[in-house]
Amino acid sequence: MKEDPSKNLMSVTRRSLLAGIAAIPLLSITGMPLLAADYPTATVNTTGLAVTDDTVKVGILHSVTGTMAISETGSVQAEKLAIEQINAMGGVLGRKIEFIQEDGASDWPTFAEKAKKLLVQDKAAAVFGCWTSASRKAVLPVFEQYNGMLYYPTFYEGLEESPNVIYTGQEATQQILAGIDWVVKEKGAKSFYLLGSDYIWPRTSNKIARKHIEKLGLEVVGEEYYPLGHTQFNSVINKIKLKKPDVIYAIVVGGSNVAFYKQLKAAGIDLAKEKPLLLTISVTEDEILGIGGENMAGAYAMMKYFQSLDNDNNKAFVEAFKKMWGDDIVIGDVTQAAYLGPWLWKAAVEKAGSFDIDKIKAASPGIELTTAPEGYVKIHENHHLWSKARVGHAQLDGQYKVVYETSELMEPDPFPEGYQ
Amino acid sequence: MIGDYTFGEFTSILAMQGFAGLSLFSVFVLMALGLAIIFGQMGVINMAHGEFMILGAYVTYLCSHLVTTYVPVLFPVYFFAAMVLAFCASFSLGVLVEWALIRHLYRRPLDTLLATWGLSLILQQVYRSVFGAREVGVTLPDWMMGSVALTDMIEIPINGLFVMGLTILIAFGVYLMMARSTFGKQVRAVLQNRVMAGAVGINTKRVDRLTFGLGCGIAGIAGAAFTMIGSTGPTAGQLYIVDTFLVVVFGGAGSLIGTIASAFTISQAQSTMEFFMSGSMAKVLTLLTVVGILMLRPQGLFTLNIRR
Repeated sequence: MKEDPSKNLMSVTRRSLLAGIAAIPLLSITGMPLLAADYPTATVNTTGLAVTDDTVKVGILHSVTGTMAISETGSVQAEKLAIEQINAMGGVLGRKIEFIQEDGASDWPTFAEKAKKLLVQDKAAAVFGCWTSASRKAVLPVFEQYNGMLYYPTFYEGLEESPNVIYTGQEATQQILAGIDWVVKEKGAKSFYLLGSDYIWPRTSNKIARKHIEKLGLEVVGEEYYPLGHTQFNSVINKIKLKKPDVIYAIVVGGSNVAFYKQLKAAGIDLAKEKPLLLTISVTEDEILGIGGENMAGAYAMMKYFQSLDNDNNKAFVEAFKKMWGDDIVIGDVTQAAYLGPWLWKAAVEKAGSFDIDKIKAASPGIELTTAPEGYVKIHENHHLWSKARVGHAQLDGQYKVVYETSELMEPDPFPEGYQ
Repeated sequence: MIGDYTFGEFTSILAMQGFAGLSLFSVFVLMALGLAIIFGQMGVINMAHGEFMILGAYVTYLCSHLVTTYVPVLFPVYFFAAMVLAFCASFSLGVLVEWALIRHLYRRPLDTLLATWGLSLILQQVYRSVFGAREVGVTLPDWMMGSVALTDMIEIPINGLFVMGLTILIAFGVYLMMARSTFGKQVRAVLQNRVMAGAVGINTKRVDRLTFGLGCGIAGIAGAAFTMIGSTGPTAGQLYIVDTFLVVVFGGAGSLIGTIASAFTISQAQSTMEFFMSGSMAKVLTLLTVVGILMLRPQGLFTLNIRR
């Protein structure tokens, strides 16, 4: 049998890639800021991006008005902080980052329009943005058509992989599997009640959760969805009381969240007693602000990042974040993921030695970030991040205490086999 | 045994579901009353109703904040003062809006629709600029968040009882005012025949202004009460607006009894169906039923005979 030549080619490029990765630590050890003079604009920018001898333009594309502004505000703040810090260190290839901020206004067609504006008119070298899957799906064709680079921060349902997107949040399996394993092993959970808001992310996540629960030979006693913005959960709470599951697995989002947890407490279900235990993937520290720590205390959340994470990177990050945005601010999982975007882009540009999108695409897999607040992350070939999964225990003050983390980085698997 | 459940379990569930239905009913009545007054008595479709509710919620938030900072002793009872202030704030804003906007549009109902929708967008952005885009947490006194355990299974939420009591109080108050007071008579007179009411010496402009303010004020109280069961954010008003219109239109514009009857029907139907099927399906069926009935009876459940 003849050997497939493309395979050989592949292994060669992969080998040179590995060599490239190995060289990175050496580069960073020198610690010298890169000088723009060493990287003439004509060579680092061959495709007409908005790069001059001393600046480079990027885009920030989130909703600062409309219903999603609640969630996306944190991401905007994190991205601005990262950009400011990178500039203070001398910028990217010696060029200061200038950002152009556009408002997606919680409206998906607007997202697409603004993305086009950022790429076509402003020639943004990279765009940090989007939050909901709907907005990402709306801008995806734009980024692929005009060959732009999007850094997308939210944990999401997976089932997507685009060369033009770096997904800095977790895809569904990274968030769900470890958490369920933990609750089964540590808390002896046998039965689950799945609950969610009625749209793609909760439904896909619950589907994966259900498959995993059933694989473990355990029982799902109920699965329910409520329209976005639903505010009356008394009936489902009654059903939960009747079915007596060990775990309520809740993926309720937005304003519904507040209603759900307040009504759960009012109905006499004390989460601290863990009967039933509540496990969620949709409530970060940000959401607890609205829910109220006293209504959430005792619940468990599966995330990759919590503000209370105890490591030096995170301490510095939290301090810088509060210095820039005020002491009262809280930092949720997505905010941290958004913070990674500009840093990962910087690393890719420096590794490629170029701002060209195609070179960044090729350089991205394998890039690692040892300074990430969540610890250490690395970009997988599927453009998602290797990261750890953690379980947090909600406290009265609205913070989570980390009670579990996976010992290894979890491999991102946006198209999990056997879970679809 | 009934189905998978024992008899005891079944009766407790029946009781708790009954209560869930009643508490949904009172929520519906509370949010729809203000709109029903404005829509029914003045023919103005107030798309900014939800934002008037959220104004009440934000006033409650401010009160809880101020009270915990300055006079923590009063914390357990601050909520009552907050509701009064919420009424005052929404009432004043309502009067202002009527004076600045609505009174110029009485003969153009479709334009009021647009104008109040615009107003709702403006108010949302104002809330966002003032209070931030994130939801705010309203801290409630502990006694309001617990539940009364009647048996092992039956637990009645106190906030549900509270909303229910408040709804009865306000509905009764509105009824008294409309049916017995001089102001109520004037409102009805203006509704039935504006020109004649003016001719017998009723200041119709003043009546309009106060009616609009009153409707908004009640929305403010509703908003304050809903901090117990829902979220407070710039766009939270939008969560209630659809149900509110549904209740008012289904009940028949112009009839407060109709509003109450329709709130009862919709809430019972929805909460019963939610128990037997998933939430989204229950909503679909409720809406389908309402659409079906409105096709047969476009004027809604109850109507007043009005001479135009």
